[in-house]
Amino acid sequence: MALEKPLADIVSSAIAGHAQRPGGLLPLLHEIQDRAGYVPPLAVDQIARALHLSIAEVHGVISFYHHFRTAPPGRHVVRVCVAEACQSMGADRLMAHARASLGVDLHGTTGDGAVTLEPVYCLGNCACSPAVLVDDKELVGRVDADRFDAIVGQCREAA
Amino acid sequence: MSIRVFVPGDSAALSVGADTVAAAIAREAAQRGTAIELVRNGTRGMLWLEPLVEVETADGRVAYGPVREQDLAGLFAADFLHGGRHALGHGLTERIPYFARQQRRTFARVGLDDPLSLERYQQHGGYQGLRAALAMEPAAAVRALIDSGLRGRGGAAFPTGIKWRTVLAERSPVKYVVCNADEGDSGTFSDRMIMEGDPYVLIEGMTIAGVVVGASQGYIYLRSEYPHAERMLNQAIERAAAAGLLGDDVLGSGKPFALEVRRGAGAYICGEETSLLESLEGKRGMVRFRPPLPAIQGLFGKPTVLNNVISLASVPTIFAHGAGAYQEFGMGRSRGTMPFQLAGNIRHGGLVEVAFGLTLRELLYDFGGGTATGRPIRAVQIGGPLGAYVPESQFDLPLDYEAFAAAGAMIGHGGMVVFDDQADLAHMARFAMEFCAIESCGKCTPCRIGSTRAVEVIDKITAGRETQANVHLLRDLCDTMVAGSLCALGGMAPFPVLSVLNHFPEDFGLAPKADRKPALKTA
Repeated sequence: MALEKPLADIVSSAIAGHAQRPGGLLPLLHEIQDRAGYVPPLAVDQIARALHLSIAEVHGVISFYHHFRTAPPGRHVVRVCVAEACQSMGADRLMAHARASLGVDLHGTTGDGAVTLEPVYCLGNCACSPAVLVDDKELVGRVDADRFDAIVGQCREAA
Repeated sequence: MSIRVFVPGDSAALSVGADTVAAAIAREAAQRGTAIELVRNGTRGMLWLEPLVEVETADGRVAYGPVREQDLAGLFAADFLHGGRHALGHGLTERIPYFARQQRRTFARVGLDDPLSLERYQQHGGYQGLRAALAMEPAAAVRALIDSGLRGRGGAAFPTGIKWRTVLAERSPVKYVVCNADEGDSGTFSDRMIMEGDPYVLIEGMTIAGVVVGASQGYIYLRSEYPHAERMLNQAIERAAAAGLLGDDVLGSGKPFALEVRRGAGAYICGEETSLLESLEGKRGMVRFRPPLPAIQGLFGKPTVLNNVISLASVPTIFAHGAGAYQEFGMGRSRGTMPFQLAGNIRHGGLVEVAFGLTLRELLYDFGGGTATGRPIRAVQIGGPLGAYVPESQFDLPLDYEAFAAAGAMIGHGGMVVFDDQADLAHMARFAMEFCAIESCGKCTPCRIGSTRAVEVIDKITAGRETQANVHLLRDLCDTMVAGSLCALGGMAPFPVLSVLNHFPEDFGLAPKADRKPALKTA
């Protein structure tokens, strides 16, 4: 089995850009996930060959880091911080609301494919807790249940 | 003449609506035919006032906040563009007591202007430090850094100058400067704030390190959870390179220094220096044995200066104004200033840069104003997830590395997470071990296995099962983790747990719950 065209191109281009860089595996994996949304397991062999590493080594790196995922996420990834500062302002309750209202467990994706819910441990927004990061680019502070629902609403409306 | 209006672009400000406010101000001003220059500055760090809008007037910068879109009609009507009086007004920003009482040396420029303007950076003293360092012999430069008393601001508090001296002494054509920007401790955001608000100060600090120790390549290992900081740093690096401040011939000195941002991938342990180096090398973030020290065999086996963001960002001011000026501040062996971060359930959260020596109580109440909920402060976790939960009885400790260590606590990166009397500290103790289990690199048994077993034992205690025996077992397990772990993750995860057992036994059901009384609110 080989990767389909768009994914195959992303992987090849990431390899071309990063394989020769010192310590290039992490930037390489980031580029693949930034563009494809995940790191396809079928890419591991090709990456390993390009970097002269074993498949086990590449798999070991992907599985070590919480950020990398090996299956496509929903259209939007919503990260709710559950570290101490956010907990002091009710992050546990917020996460319980998130799970209940979305009908998913942690790391799960809603049935309509719109949202993947992830826990995260510190977004650096500790004086504006609880904090949520949407699609690894939009930071929202002082999030309560209503604000969370509004975030999800926007995710569902957007593409 | 346009009126300069400042709305921060810092991600904390964005998280509470700064972009909406900025766009609305631009629209309103255009509609009224008023010429304004909208500047997206760094945050002043008074986060309860964000979005904080400042207007430059003849008398200085006037502050209004927290501003929402619906407040703008009223603000324009009150002629806020000329510093008009309004309920959201606070007068001159730099006279606001929270700000005026600080001693900003490292954070001196954050919030003043556009963080990406090299011109503004240099107008405000930028690159004076590098020029001074280039005019010194490396050994003299290292001496100056030692004399400044600067200790690692990441948490280990090791004298920065001694690290640099070790790297300088190594004979190697290849050396590296690495910045630990994996600010993973909950309650900490000073690294993020300075990378977003004054990226050039970090670039300058790393460049000084490079030219002093003989390293020509630098890396900033930045946590993946900081996308805004990544954007700012990359743009600043590009501009610095275009201006000859990075590259083959820094400031015409003949010395090369190149800089690159490398993203982490969500592993807390990669904030530990050897794990960070493994990650930079493209591997799993496994902790290394020391010796060898990274200063001698670090990145790719080469001598490496590895410092925290704030340590490196404090270097330019030390070289620009001299070691003497920096070490004058502080107390005991804690010299200079520290940017403390007030976080969690706190009324006035933000960044407070002051000399070491003020008490925790002054920081929490005089600056912080107590809790956000208005309930009593019950405990403060200081130093991140591996820090003790400090009870009110210890609030008179002076903020000094040694004083805190002697009391069984730690300053760490200076982040303070405040909890009110509704906090369940047994739950927080359990979380400390649960987090350790999730983030353990897995190399050593005390951390990898101990954290999981600790969660189970804590569950038995809170369920009231064979309590005495399990408390004894938990303390024994904590001993093992402290003494036997390879690094501070397993080595310090017991500290929050022990602090709860010792100071808040009632949360484990080991003592009767006290009546809830309000804590003293004044210092």
